[in-house]
Amino acid sequence: MRLIREFEEHCLEKALAGTIVGGIHPYIGQEAVAVGVSACLRADDVITSTHRGHGHVLAKGADPARALAELYGASTGLNRGRGGSMHAADVSLGIYGANGIVGAGAPIAVGAAWAARRAGRDDRVAVAFFGDGALSQGVVLEAFNMAALWSLPVLFVCENNGYATSLPVDRGLAGDPVTRAAGFGLTAEAVDGMDVEAVAEAAGRAVDACRAGAGPHFLECATYRFHGHHTVEHLMGTKYRDDDEVAGAWSRDPLTRQRDRLTPEAAAEVDTEIAVLIAEAEAFASSSPGSDPGDALDYLYAGLVPARPGA
Amino acid sequence: MAAEVLTLGKALNLGLRRALERDAKVVIMGEDVGKLGGVFRITDGLQKDFGEDRVIDTPLAESGIIGTAIGLALRGYRPVCEIQFDGFVYPAYDQIVSQVAKMHYRSRGLVRLPIVIRIPFGGGIGAVEHHSESPEAYFAHTPGLKVVTCSNPADGYTMIQQAIASDDPIVFLEPKRRYWEKGEVDAEAPAFPLHSSRVTRPGADVTVVAYGPMVRTALDAATAAGEDGRQLDVIDLRSLSPLDLSPVYDSVRRTGRCVVVHEAPSNVGLGAEIAARVTEECFYSLESPVLRVTGFDTPYPAARVEEEYLPDLDRVLDAVDRTYGW
Ligand SMILES: Cc1ncc(C[n+]2csc(CCOP(=O)(O)OP(=O)(O)O)c2C)c(N)n1
Ligand SMILES: [Mg+2]
Repeated sequence: MRLIREFEEHCLEKALAGTIVGGIHPYIGQEAVAVGVSACLRADDVITSTHRGHGHVLAKGADPARALAELYGASTGLNRGRGGSMHAADVSLGIYGANGIVGAGAPIAVGAAWAARRAGRDDRVAVAFFGDGALSQGVVLEAFNMAALWSLPVLFVCENNGYATSLPVDRGLAGDPVTRAAGFGLTAEAVDGMDVEAVAEAAGRAVDACRAGAGPHFLECATYRFHGHHTVEHLMGTKYRDDDEVAGAWSRDPLTRQRDRLTPEAAAEVDTEIAVLIAEAEAFASSSPGSDPGDALDYLYAGLVPARPGA
Repeated sequence: MAAEVLTLGKALNLGLRRALERDAKVVIMGEDVGKLGGVFRITDGLQKDFGEDRVIDTPLAESGIIGTAIGLALRGYRPVCEIQFDGFVYPAYDQIVSQVAKMHYRSRGLVRLPIVIRIPFGGGIGAVEHHSESPEAYFAHTPGLKVVTCSNPADGYTMIQQAIASDDPIVFLEPKRRYWEKGEVDAEAPAFPLHSSRVTRPGADVTVVAYGPMVRTALDAATAAGEDGRQLDVIDLRSLSPLDLSPVYDSVRRTGRCVVVHEAPSNVGLGAEIAARVTEECFYSLESPVLRVTGFDTPYPAARVEEEYLPDLDRVLDAVDRTYGW
């Protein structure tokens, strides 16, 4: 969690300074979800993520240096600088991508789980992370249906942070997420998404059940994003949440909560280790060569069809 | 109202306000359009003044937004739907292409769908993937849809009102990189028909056809070319479907040279259609083939390199030069 928090703080600064072109959707406040779920995953499990994906990608094991390089548009990045903040991926680690289209990752996870089933490997689980807003997208409900219909090893993780951009969840969503998921035949429960151990416990049960062939599961994690929806909100001074509400959420900071469970020495050790990792990541990313506009026509197709330069 | 200097964003906002005032059946719907006033603030203040019943924050559901707009329109409403960014229209593409576009034809005119689908489009603002696309050809290729785009505040103000007043479904593309550019808006000025193109800068030497965000680029190129003694006839298409190409033909018959500029990729784009029609109509007047200046045939690139992708003044001038090379 500390790694994600510091990574995001660093990115926030770099986005506001313009080093990260296009800004980021900061994950700060929601770390317990990515970390609690990923703690239950193996290297051969896969995840799909969202526009707010840095936390998921790091928790699944992506190299922070290459992740940061990706955000800097460097050729050493996870996608060699072409994916950027919203499309960081590392297929070799089972990270099937952050995703700029809300809801789009859910059926992709179902497909990956389907492949596992066809290979007789239900023990390989696919996790789809998405927000409360994504529950309004038809494609997510299509994914629920297919996963349940074919009883696939999928864990759907809904991070309910109370808002889809400016829209409060009670203005965007009818009913409650757990009941909705249960209606599709998913085994569904809600958990405190600000407590990493509670998330890990619930996700652990769900993942074990998936591996045992019990079919798809759904976990609603109640959480909060501490910063704006996107860094552009910092620049525009956008406001749609009460100061009190935001302050109240900070008082439930998942990092503070976990720190209280550690000895001061252990906590300090983590801090030092993470500070080194972030410094190394920055050194790596900022010294990496940028991507070359000259290769813009490469990689359009797997076959040897050169892209047309256009006119 | 006397003429006022407004940004394109404010001009659109004012046009929407006039439409809401004029007709109680006009409703605005979309993601974050109410309390927030839209991510580009085009609907700023409208919910406050017209109520949550007229300016509606919808769930995050593009297909549902357009689908429910059809039902509303069938019962007499005039929905104005905002799609937050170009790259998010595709979940609604099915409703637009399979339902919106076909109902009037299929019902032999019994059913009218006065729906406006506003989409901020194009690049140039340093945004990430899905936030800089130019999807106009997908819609212009679909019979039954009308597609228009404004390039300046005066057109933004009038065209949005004309589109809302129209009984046909209209995809209304707004060049997001030009939202902050200012121009004079005169509410009393006579309006040009919505589906008409216009010569925005006359010139005798080369016809340059552009629309939306590229009109400014073409005008800048015309200024630069003028300094070198070459006069560009710049035409703002404004309507992409139906196309109004008579002014283009008239121009090309005089100049013999034609360059079409758009941000979208060239492959099967608007430029190809225009080149074909100009060639058919003006074949014996042409001194050179119709040339295109466009985006590359790749997905829109990372923001860091977008300036390499976007047609700019130099690429337009280069094409103008090349029309003299035949
Ligand atoms: C299909 C689609 N529509 C709209 C958007 C623009 N958009 C990006 S994030 C977002 C809100 C997402 O809310 P939620 O799913 O709750 O995730 P959160 O941002 O709260 O993490 C919106 C509307 C998008 N990326 N994709
Ligand atoms: Mg949310």
